Amino acid sequence: MPRLYRVQLEVKGLPEDIFVIEQLKKYFATDDKTKYVKAVDGVDLVLRKAEVLGVVGESGSGKSTIAYTVMGMYEPTSGRILFKGRDISSRATKRPMEVKKELQIVFQDPSTSLNPQRTIAQILGLPLRVHKLADSKGITDKVVELLNMVELSEDYLYKYPRALGGGERQLIAIARALATRPDLMILDEPTSALDVSVQAKIINTLIRLQSELGMSYLFITHDLSLMRNLAHRVAIMYLGKVVEVAPTQEFFEAPLHPYTQMLLSSIPVVSEVEDALKPEKVIARGEIPSPVDVPSGCRFHTRCTLVMDVCCQEEPDMVRIGSDRFVSCHLHTK
Amino acid sequence: MAEVLLNIDDLHIGYRVYKGTLKVLDGIRLVVHTGEKVGVVGETGCGKTTTMRAVMGILPRQAIIKGGRITFKGKDVMVCGPQGIRTVRTDGMSMIFQDPTAALNPVFTVGEQLADVIKYSHVGRGLERRGAQQAITAMSIEALKQTALPDPQRIITNYPFQLSGGMRQRVCISMALVTARDLLIADEPTTNLDVTIQDQVLRLIKQLVEEKGMSLILVTHSLGVARMMSDRIYVMYAGNIVEAAPTEKVFGNPLHPYTQGLLRSVPKLTGEGIGFGIPGRIPDYFNPPAGCRFYPRCDFRLPECENEKPELYETDEGHYVACFIHR
Repeated sequence: MPRLYRVQLEVKGLPEDIFVIEQLKKYFATDDKTKYVKAVDGVDLVLRKAEVLGVVGESGSGKSTIAYTVMGMYEPTSGRILFKGRDISSRATKRPMEVKKELQIVFQDPSTSLNPQRTIAQILGLPLRVHKLADSKGITDKVVELLNMVELSEDYLYKYPRALGGGERQLIAIARALATRPDLMILDEPTSALDVSVQAKIINTLIRLQSELGMSYLFITHDLSLMRNLAHRVAIMYLGKVVEVAPTQEFFEAPLHPYTQMLLSSIPVVSEVEDALKPEKVIARGEIPSPVDVPSGCRFHTRCTLVMDVCCQEEPDMVRIGSDRFVSCHLHTK
Repeated sequence: MAEVLLNIDDLHIGYRVYKGTLKVLDGIRLVVHTGEKVGVVGETGCGKTTTMRAVMGILPRQAIIKGGRITFKGKDVMVCGPQGIRTVRTDGMSMIFQDPTAALNPVFTVGEQLADVIKYSHVGRGLERRGAQQAITAMSIEALKQTALPDPQRIITNYPFQLSGGMRQRVCISMALVTARDLLIADEPTTNLDVTIQDQVLRLIKQLVEEKGMSLILVTHSLGVARMMSDRIYVMYAGNIVEAAPTEKVFGNPLHPYTQGLLRSVPKLTGEGIGFGIPGRIPDYFNPPAGCRFYPRCDFRLPECENEKPELYETDEGHYVACFIHR
């Protein structure tokens, strides 16, 4: 029986914030330049050393925009991104090499994120050469070492991505991100294009690598049940804002925000034990509003079952509940 | 037992490609009774959609039917000719596709597309010439209203691009259910939707199917969705049915090694960690394994699995499994 990998829920030693996002905003102008799509609209997040933070949200919630802004593919409209105390809120082209080395990303679709014209050896060798981590003699050994880290044999060296299945391609993408031994890895829905039987293998590999190398993960996903098994803390996003942040266990025992309750009770599960863990059925209703015309007050008030008068006018602040939980909802502000 | 509505018997379908023939479906047997909700579960490329397309008679041109029979209400739909299959499509069954954006025609309004469905069905043929247009519009609005779409009068004048993904899928559902049918085939109806929208759409399909006393085939890759929606489940792997059983037995006592592996791989809310998945890949359809198609990936394989193909053995009432271990 193969071993099950589980994330250790207690972080050893003193937690250290290695990555901080402060009031991050990213707006995109619409085609006629009259309005803005407020993809990310004031987000604060903290990621500690050797921690897995799950960022969960539905389509249009801005979770991928956060990933791309952190990677420097977009310049933030306002706000700051701090990595190990250093301000990196700029485009990737303006960032120093050592920051790029320590910050890596794995994209959702491995068939488009790997160059179809390069062999696996070339794909994995590139980051090693760019960051001068190996000379031309030692490079093949290093690449084989990377392949072994993701449990692939050296037979893959001279294959092309098209000869690989989706799961193996994603493992190659992970190996490429590992090449520079990053401290922070951003995983943008790395398994949502894969079948569950393949996803299981990838997730177990990611958990093993995280505990072996002590990396931090910013794991972006729409799958809450996956986060239950993987993340130390989860942050739930809705329409460009974080609505709730909590340690995984506490979060799944008692979700506080009405949106997270709706989200959790909408998940289809496969056993009665899990049915019992879901919050009381909150009937999902309404559509996700357009991020161009964000509702006034609390963004969720158009779909909320517990809506009050104040929700339509005032935007709730993030409040602290207990030691490490945050929620932004008027029900909890008093 | 209720009477049999749809019976797929030993269906073999291949696809002609440049290099030869892909032997995809390999003896599918599937039965749907009147008023029953059946789930078909399987991963990418296992032939779920091919099976459903064969039932509707909408296979692509490269497909070759190499054997088998599909009977719907006692009539063989593969030999009934163009007129026969048209009647099946307009009055017998309807289908909801995975991608509502591709299923709707972008250059016609929602109202026009709904009107076409009604016009060519038995309902439309029975309408008096005079007043037909008003009757059709009224029925369209009623159908949209049933799917909880806000402001149906406005929506019938909209083009698909003016609606959101969830709304488009609701329009597809109203097109599928606007006239009375016996069978609804929903092919991954919620795969492109967010969970909170998925929940709404699934509950809607279930409610409407039950209200109208229809049968349902729900094709999905999500075990959770199948559990929520169906009375009985067929598990498919590489063009074979590997397990067929009532829903509670599939989840309570899965017998086929593939079903077990699949269930282990699903991330659970209990946080117990994720199973190790199923090593390997789906077989190459040019040269599928001679015996059990799961043989190369199976942890429990026996010597005979390599060259002999297991049949569906009944282990328990209504629980069938295609595996020599349960012979």
